[in-house]
Amino acid sequence: MARQFPREELFAPGHRGCAGCGAAIVARLTLKAAGKNTIVANATGCLEVMTTPYPETAWRVPWMHVAFENAAAVASGIEAAVKSLKRKRGLYEGEKVNVIAFGGDGGTADIGFQALSGAMERGHDMVYIMYDNEAYMNTGVQRSGSTPYMASTTTSPAGSVIRGENRPKKNMPMIMAAHGIPYVATASISYPEDFMNKVKKACEIDGPAFIQILQPCTTGWGYPAAKTVELGRLAVKAGIWPLYEIENGEYRVTYKPSKRISIEEYLKTQKRYRHLTEEDIEEMQNLINHKCQEMGI
Amino acid sequence: MQNVKVITGTSAAAEAAKLADVDVIAAYPITPQTTSVEKLAEFVANGELNAEYIKVESEHSAISACVGASATGARTFTATSSQGLALMHEILFAAAGMRMPIVMMNANRALSAPINIWNDQQDSISQRDTGWIQLYAENNQETLDLIIQAFKIAENENVLLPVMVNLDGFILTHTVEPVEIPEKEKVLNFVGQYEPKHAYLRPEKPMTQGALGDPEWYMETRYDVQKAQDVALNVIKDIHDKFAEKFGRAYGNGLIESYNIENAETVLITMGSLCGTIKDVIDELKAEGKEYGLLKIISYRPLPTEEIKEALKGAKNVAILDKDISLGLDKGALFTDIAPFLKDKKTVNYIVGLGGRDIRKANIKEIIEHTENEAKDTETKWIGLKE
Ligand SMILES: Cc1ncc(C[n+]2csc(CCOP(=O)(O)OP(=O)(O)O)c2C)c(N)n1
Ligand code: SF4
Repeated sequence: MARQFPREELFAPGHRGCAGCGAAIVARLTLKAAGKNTIVANATGCLEVMTTPYPETAWRVPWMHVAFENAAAVASGIEAAVKSLKRKRGLYEGEKVNVIAFGGDGGTADIGFQALSGAMERGHDMVYIMYDNEAYMNTGVQRSGSTPYMASTTTSPAGSVIRGENRPKKNMPMIMAAHGIPYVATASISYPEDFMNKVKKACEIDGPAFIQILQPCTTGWGYPAAKTVELGRLAVKAGIWPLYEIENGEYRVTYKPSKRISIEEYLKTQKRYRHLTEEDIEEMQNLINHKCQEMGI
Repeated sequence: MQNVKVITGTSAAAEAAKLADVDVIAAYPITPQTTSVEKLAEFVANGELNAEYIKVESEHSAISACVGASATGARTFTATSSQGLALMHEILFAAAGMRMPIVMMNANRALSAPINIWNDQQDSISQRDTGWIQLYAENNQETLDLIIQAFKIAENENVLLPVMVNLDGFILTHTVEPVEIPEKEKVLNFVGQYEPKHAYLRPEKPMTQGALGDPEWYMETRYDVQKAQDVALNVIKDIHDKFAEKFGRAYGNGLIESYNIENAETVLITMGSLCGTIKDVIDELKAEGKEYGLLKIISYRPLPTEEIKEALKGAKNVAILDKDISLGLDKGALFTDIAPFLKDKKTVNYIVGLGGRDIRKANIKEIIEHTENEAKDTETKWIGLKE
């Protein structure tokens, strides 16, 4: 890894995220893989707020935030402008400029879904990275379409009648794959080399690419700050977050745990699942077994 | 050799964007703007215009893409109307706050409900506080001329604000008129090339745009936009004069246009295509020996209050015609904006033409008659309303 990816940090330390924030890891690894010739569009959310309190910025690449639901549309405009200026004025001659959009799960799977679908379907040469902390963290842990089944959030609280989120997590990678785009991948901050290779590939490919990276959030998930990387690993090992890519329609698992751990080992580390009964956990385990079988994990 | 085409207002708008050699267009169709974006797509498809045309999935994405493109250093154009403009609302603030010199054509149309595709100006009026410069065209030639000037105003280093050029739906968008199309070279020479210095996205000089502005910073950014709007008053006049010199067409001083005001005690104020009808009425009444005046507002934001006051020095009665209404106040926007500066005169507000209700010469005469003889100061009267 040290050989393949530069030491240079394009995402500066000293941002204002919570201690142990996984979103900062997503940004840092992305820029390491993409390099300097990158323009970023960022949706409103934790990543945006914690990195750019004026007059400070953590970004050493050109970066833009406009609103919550439009990062994919803003990136479309950036990409079109780069193309136009290349053609008309000879700017960026012989260079490949990476246009990367970051959106949280809310800004991507919910409110930004239409803009994302449009951008992917139009075929813009961009990489869209959904950093998935499985809830609206910036506004205080409300559920999103990407919140997993039975997780407790402030708008899907575990009560005596309802057991947290009552709907399964929206399957964004498959929805994106259905757009027929050349590259779709899942990733985890705890498998940095796998993630960075995917970012690199996504940048090199002509056309739209979508990467959904699971990002543990100390505040929203309820675990000690030092355990962020460990949690990311447990999610993959338990099979609740499989790592794969779909390149030109070809599905490939990129990391297969040698032995799957039980889902309980993952769930018990987090406050958002502490209301689960033994039966709940069993139900979850059955769902995951079924899904893993389907996905070849 | 003059090149005159008999075209609609939407075609005139598309021609203007083509003449300014825009780099990126992002737009979504809506009646009565549609033909302008179809025309632009055609220009791009035929290689007449070297631009990226982003076929966005909504107006929200149209304006968002324009912000991204403009920030990357591209000359950027969009067009919309009514519901589309309302959908853009959130990003209109961002475009102005981030100082993106985007130019937009808005075909003025009523807002739902009930759904209505016909003309009034409630759509753009409802966006008046977004920080955009708003100009209103009286006819198709003025539409083309204003859009050309709009690029130069927006990109002026001391302004750097987005500009919305408004034309009345159907009345202008779907009516053909002779429009002189200037030579492209001459237009490009006039507008120049856009070279952003204040804000751009270029990897060789990374810049963070759209940062979080906490209470320590936010107010100053608002004040900066206000200052830019102030500066724009002079810039619009100046660009208008240069345009007039180069292309031989003038519109008052670029901000307002007076018509027979110097001879009149009673003056009407309004914006857009209605000015044409009023001018006809004024001419007719003049032939009968009666003198009335019109003050046409071209620049609604920034609003040239000093110029308006000065132009109305000799007037006693002022009728302000609004194609919009602030529900709950029973006043239109032009009236609430302008009447406070005219305290020494009788000012009367007329709500006209909502949702495309016809405004005929007889209505204008009725307004004049009412203002002079019956109306009380600051009264509001809805014209053509069925009781
Ligand atoms: C139109 C709009 N609605 C709501 C908000 C409030 N808001 C800001 S960030 C956010 C949640 C962001 O969640 P997500 O996209 O998951 O990113 P995260 O904060 O978890 O990083 C919400 C609801 C907003 N800024 N704009
Ligand atoms: S709430 Fe979660 S995502 Fe947001 S800064 Fe804190 S750890 Fe990061």
